[in-house]
Order: sequence, then C-alpha cells, then structure tokens
Amino acid sequence: MSYNSLTGGLVKRKWNWRVWTGFLVTLVGAYSYLWVFDRFPITRDFPWANLVLFAFACYLLGTGLYRAYARPSEYRGRISGAILGVLALAILGLFYYGAFYEARHLPPGENAIRVGRQAPDFTLADTGGQMVSLSGLRQGKRGVLLIFYRGYW
Amino acid sequence: MRGFEENLPEFEKRGVAVVAISVDPPEDSRKLCQSRGYTFPFLSDPQAAAIRAYGVLHPHAGEDGHDIARPAEFLVDAGGIIRWENLTENLLARLRPETFLRVLDGMPAGTGD
Repeated sequence: MSYNSLTGGLVKRKWNWRVWTGFLVTLVGAYSYLWVFDRFPITRDFPWANLVLFAFACYLLGTGLYRAYARPSEYRGRISGAILGVLALAILGLFYYGAFYEARHLPPGENAIRVGRQAPDFTLADTGGQMVSLSGLRQGKRGVLLIFYRGYW
Repeated sequence: MRGFEENLPEFEKRGVAVVAISVDPPEDSRKLCQSRGYTFPFLSDPQAAAIRAYGVLHPHAGEDGHDIARPAEFLVDAGGIIRWENLTENLLARLRPETFLRVLDGMPAGTGD
C-alpha cells in the first residue's frame, strides 16, 4: 500500500510482472543454450535463438522499468526492477563473453598436423580399458575419422 | 557426437570408422557413452600424447588448468595418411556429420594403399 498523490488516497500499486518475467526470460535465454539449443546444429553454431530470447527479455525489462519510473503511483518495481535489470545485464554480458569471445579463443588450427602427412600412430585405452591403436582401427577400413574433443573433465 | 552416432550406418557404408579422443579417463567416457547411447569407440589420452602429436593441444584449458584437446577432426586413410581435417575456430560451430559425408562422397575411392 502506498499514498497515491493523484487520487490523494491509499491504493495498492500493481505488481510489475514485466520486470520479473523479463529477468526470468533472461535466465532461460542463458541456460537454454546448454539445455536445448546445443543439441541442434541450427541453433548451436550461432546462438540466434538465445539472442531472440534476450531481445524479448530486454523488451520486458525495459518497458517494465519505464512504467515503474514513469508511473510510480501505479506500478511497483523501481527497486526490484533496477536490481533485476542489473542482474539481467550481468547474465547477458557473461553469455556474450562466453559465446562470442571465450568460445573463439582456441589455439590456432595452423598448429595441427597437415593434410598429406603420415598420421601419428597411437595406442589408447577405450572405455572398457582395452588398448586400441590407430593401425588396428584402420584394418579393413577405407578410413578412420578421429574426433578430438575437449572432454567433460 | 550425437549426430555422428545417428549417422554411424552411413559411415559404415562408406567404410569409415569413427573414434573419439579426449583426456577423459575411460571411466568418465564409459558413463558418457552409457548416458548418451554412444556406441563408437571413445579413447582416453590422459597425458595428451596423441593430442600433442596431432597438434591440437589446448594448454591449461581444462579443469584445474589441465591440458586438453581443442575440437578437431582428422580423416586418416587406409594407408595412414591424413586426407582431410577440420579445425574449427569457434567452439560452438562443430563439424556436422552431413558435411563430413559430403566430403567423403567427393573423395576419389580407393585412396591410400
């Protein structure tokens, strides 16, 4: 309850759902990459689906904050909206850093062994502890595709 | 990895084996394969010896500053020669199985030995 200067009386100000929903959509926008969009090449290679969610979140937060400050007698959310807005910006910043800077911060591909060279042989343990060599994998095959991946540590 | 698992019959048809390599211990890879249903071999290179030999080391990028592999794919032919390679510059953009299948289909057959 607060004093309303326009009506000169006590009115219950409306819950500013836009700032809360905007913040929630920001969270979904960040985490959905790992939950969902990472699984499909079309949304994985470039995180456009997440950027769409972020744009929607910014719209909600922006309009929510605007009405909180423009019509404070009608809407709540000046303090909660500001805090959620700052948190949302921080999450957005982290996502951008991860997706557009950190993810492109790989050692140069020029370090890799070149096409046309002899592939170094190796003998490594498989998931059952059996030793597997490249020369063994090549037996009776036209070729072997080696997929090096970061691992889950 | 999921895409490669789904396309295994296509690779088999073309006589190409698929194998994944990382620094993960066999136990971790076993859990990963079980939970995701991967059936092709996952090899463990904890000292990053093979990873170094192929020039795809990403120093100190793992947990606790461990050396790990950067994502990379190499096609080794029957004669043990590297025929094709893919070195992404972006972690998010990974080799699609259909891209690799097109590469395979564009290659002259019977290369190597």
